[in-house]
Amino acid sequence: MSSSPTRPDPTHPDGSGRSGGGTFLGLPAVPPRSPYGTGNLRGDRAFPRAAREELGNEQLRRNLTRATHTIRGKRLAVTGELPDWERLREAGSAIKTDTMNRLPELLEELERKVTERGGTVHWARDGVEANEIVTRLVEATGSDEVIKVKSMATQEIGLNEHLESRGIAAHETDLAELIVQLAGDKPSHILVPAIHRNREEIRDIFRDRIPGVDPGLDAVPAHLAAAARAYLREKFMTVPVAVSGANFGIAETGTLSVVESEGNGRMCLTLPRTLITVMGIEKVLPRYRDLEVFLQLLPRSSTGERMNPYTSLWTGVTPGDGPEEFHLVLLDNGRTAALADRIGREALNCIRCSACLNVCPVYERTGGHAYGSTYPGPIGAVLTPQLAGMDAAKNDPNSSLPYASSLCGACFDACPVKIDIPSLLVELRHQHTEQAGTTAEKLAMKAAAAVMSRPQLFTAAQKAAAPARLVAGRDKVISRLPPPFDGWTDSRDLPAPPRQTFRSWMASEEGAAALRAAAEEGRRSRDGRGGRPDDGHDGKHDDDRPDGRHGDPHHGEEER
Amino acid sequence: MRIGLFATCLGDTLFPDAVKATAVLLTRLGHDVVFPPGQTCCGQMHVNTGYQREPVPLVRNFADQFGDPSLDAVVMPSGSCAGSVRHQHEIVADRYGDEALRAGVAAVKAKTYELSELLVDVLGVTDVGAWFPHRVTYHPTCHSLRMLRVGDKPLRLLRAVDGIDLVELPQADACCGFGGTFALKNAGTSAAMLQDKTDHVRSTGADVCTAGDSSCLMHIGGGLSRIKAGTRTLHLAQILAATRTAPLPLPQPEAAR
Repeated sequence: MSSSPTRPDPTHPDGSGRSGGGTFLGLPAVPPRSPYGTGNLRGDRAFPRAAREELGNEQLRRNLTRATHTIRGKRLAVTGELPDWERLREAGSAIKTDTMNRLPELLEELERKVTERGGTVHWARDGVEANEIVTRLVEATGSDEVIKVKSMATQEIGLNEHLESRGIAAHETDLAELIVQLAGDKPSHILVPAIHRNREEIRDIFRDRIPGVDPGLDAVPAHLAAAARAYLREKFMTVPVAVSGANFGIAETGTLSVVESEGNGRMCLTLPRTLITVMGIEKVLPRYRDLEVFLQLLPRSSTGERMNPYTSLWTGVTPGDGPEEFHLVLLDNGRTAALADRIGREALNCIRCSACLNVCPVYERTGGHAYGSTYPGPIGAVLTPQLAGMDAAKNDPNSSLPYASSLCGACFDACPVKIDIPSLLVELRHQHTEQAGTTAEKLAMKAAAAVMSRPQLFTAAQKAAAPARLVAGRDKVISRLPPPFDGWTDSRDLPAPPRQTFRSWMASEEGAAALRAAAEEGRRSRDGRGGRPDDGHDGKHDDDRPDGRHGDPHHGEEER
Repeated sequence: MRIGLFATCLGDTLFPDAVKATAVLLTRLGHDVVFPPGQTCCGQMHVNTGYQREPVPLVRNFADQFGDPSLDAVVMPSGSCAGSVRHQHEIVADRYGDEALRAGVAAVKAKTYELSELLVDVLGVTDVGAWFPHRVTYHPTCHSLRMLRVGDKPLRLLRAVDGIDLVELPQADACCGFGGTFALKNAGTSAAMLQDKTDHVRSTGADVCTAGDSSCLMHIGGGLSRIKAGTRTLHLAQILAATRTAPLPLPQPEAAR
């Protein structure tokens, strides 16, 4: 049974690109993004500014470097040991791509199966609707408290804040989420939300915020965990409603799944009378056996473990076993808009493992808060603008996210479902420049292209650059440039342009003589080998001769 | 072999020594190096900054200049420019080009190589007869490593250099923080990445930090110069072009200037 009248119409792929969408009053319409000003998909300032502040936080950088490098090593060890790792990645990518290609039918199948098994499915067009649905469901139970399983989707829509505004307290039960919540902070990592905190800071947070905690609490991890456990157990035993996200929703059976490390999620999923699961519509998988692939890919990529400690699977409700009431809220919130983008839709394949964060050199320096979104790091830089848009306001901070990358490609290599994040970043940059109208940068790019596409003009421009030698010091080094290039010379020198370009050397007698000499040297060196087949001519053999290195070429030279 | 040499706009203008070394090296190996004089820029900076309409004439010019069927291969001393030609030109041509451009781009793409690929894969050579008696560390640039997948080809070439003292760069595969306009748009983050890279280069005690891309070397070298680290940057081609007959004297390190 579908309880909500507003059901999104995920666009069936038609290859028509960004304009493909649902219909509104019979007219083709672009599917809506997450509404501006709601949820947690937009920061309050552009990435470079936010990053500058975070870069100044030495403690944060030390924590991040240690944590990301540790988890990188673990991930490499457990992915390297699988002989079929690359095939698993291909399978994961193929299943996800297939899923996105027929998302509408899979979602309807999921709804049917969940309903058959005694659950109730709700469709939420955006975060505002999802928050309303969840609040209404909690209110119907009469409880003014909920316990929460760690969930990205509910963070994305700002559910906790919404519940609070309606007088309902939401208690995070994931240890790191609890730390973040108690501190009034925001998570900075998908998997390790408190990665920016060290144990002394956590001790202070617990001492100040957990009611009745021992004031002499020290910073020993086991003691910190025990303090949190005592606090959480009481909540598990008394709160009658839980809210979770979902890692997977199986269309074939109506089964939902959460994977976690602590077991606190399992408590929430089994103890309360009512369970409400908020799941992004892209989390659906076609078949139960697809879990075989993803339950290998996910833990190895995210925590660097062969298997996560707790995998919970549930299907509807079972009398006498677990929650008596189960609600599934299917959340769109810009996902259909992303799906309508022929190229950008690939980001929906993400399984939120956070491997891309841990290998990203930018994330490693700035941390997650600089991205301003629930989804930080490389995947956040492509997912956030697609879910929430990047030109929803003047100087939309989200428009800076696709540029928050050196395009080094480490994320692509780490991604368990092979999302080509660098190419998506370049695509989103293109979409942004297309939307941005005429800017100084665009004019400069046009001018540069105009010069560079005409060889004579290009050569003239090269000559015009030569006087830059004059601004260089005697050491031929330029150490100060005007804006917008001053960012470079803040920490780097630039060599002065050389006296001669390559093309003028190539056309000069000096160049011709150098190449004649090189040809002659090569001929002598080959002759000196006594007519052995040449390295460079036939292109068929590898030259890794065990005897070759100190052999003939140099004899030839020395004979001169 | 008749090899078309693409100097790259950066190499042509700012780092001609790397391009000269490429020409000298290939000539020494017995090949015919052709420099189509109408060449300019591959348009990588445009595409990576988000501009795909603007570089259409650049992509077209590249395909025109190097489409010449008498060229057996096209080489450039830059992993990122080779990556642009092989991965980005077709995106631009598909979106904003015509049928002729798409065909031209596909034809050139198929015979375009970064220097170490050309040497090892096409010419089948790892010992190019070079002599370079100095301590060297190698930075594998991101686009060589993860876009072109050159693997250890540059290292195999370097290991075969006579007299070289090749030392491993810690965390070699980490990005130096250049990323084209990234270094300007996110200068602070880029500088933080660069600092770690220059620290690692310094820790090797190398005389020279080398790589297959002048743009990354401009970045690393700019950082080394600023902190007066005493380590120079040289393009891989410059080391491979150096021989006993035509040795490459080490340039003065920035600190000593």
